[in-house]
Amino acid sequence: MTERERRPTVAVVVFPGSNDDRDAAWALRALGADAVLVWHGDDELPEGTGAVVLPGGFSYGDYLRCGAIARFSPVMRAVEGFAAAGGPVLGICNGFQILCEAGLLPGVLRANASLSFVCRDVAVRVEHSRPPFTNRAEPGQQLVIPVKHGEGCWYAPPELLAELETAGQIVLRYEPGENPNGAAADVAGVTNAYGNVMGLMPHPEHAVDPMLGSGDGALILASLVDAARDRTSMPVG
Amino acid sequence: MRATVLVRPKAGILDPQGDAVRESLRHLGFAVGEARIGRVVDLEVQGGDPGQARAQVERMCEQLLANPLIESYEIELIDP
Repeated sequence: MTERERRPTVAVVVFPGSNDDRDAAWALRALGADAVLVWHGDDELPEGTGAVVLPGGFSYGDYLRCGAIARFSPVMRAVEGFAAAGGPVLGICNGFQILCEAGLLPGVLRANASLSFVCRDVAVRVEHSRPPFTNRAEPGQQLVIPVKHGEGCWYAPPELLAELETAGQIVLRYEPGENPNGAAADVAGVTNAYGNVMGLMPHPEHAVDPMLGSGDGALILASLVDAARDRTSMPVG
Repeated sequence: MRATVLVRPKAGILDPQGDAVRESLRHLGFAVGEARIGRVVDLEVQGGDPGQARAQVERMCEQLLANPLIESYEIELIDP
């Protein structure tokens, strides 16, 4: 088996109320990963985990604020440790909300400005092409990926937003006229300062096959699978 | 000791729920300038010292009950 064919382990966390965990695992498997569902009560990630995905859904019923309770799940301590060690962590929709509430990503997600749940394809622009999330896409490339959320209005105070822009942490932006939720500066996806944790509102796992309307989400998930493979091939010691 | 925490969207933060409620109140004929929607959390806290109880509830607000990026909070202590 060549290195290219090796299937790296990607952990997909299942919270009570997650509902895109299986779709995420399916998409990751289609893109060459060994996706493993990990229960929120587990306090460890599977041995050899090369990347972590926090999937979409309504963890803990969105009680208090969406994502606010999930950060207390035992598995989140392992996810925080994995991220602190430089491991790639991708939060999709509710996963994005959880990472913001856990303090792993800047900003917060609030009710859509329209107060309506939005469920449709949106066009987003890749602002920066780099591992571990966007290296398969070109800078400036437009991706069509569906959103489906009621609370996707990303917000950061103006001074924080300016810092993130300067640091290149805004990696995905809704194309002009496409912002479905009123997010500040049309932000669709951000990373942490180190660049190894990312959250986005669109669902790349629902766009990995042109038969489903678009295959553009595969560029993001395949970038993550590449990173997981690279990470787990590093010599130990 | 009981405590009531009022969590509000900070000034200047868009509050679409408040806007929708304001519009509904106007439909009912009320002259409402602004409506903002927050959250009330009623708590029963251990210990009888008001200073300690307040400090404890403040930590609860900072760590969980409010998101400091978008929400402010007020604490009211109620002696039994």
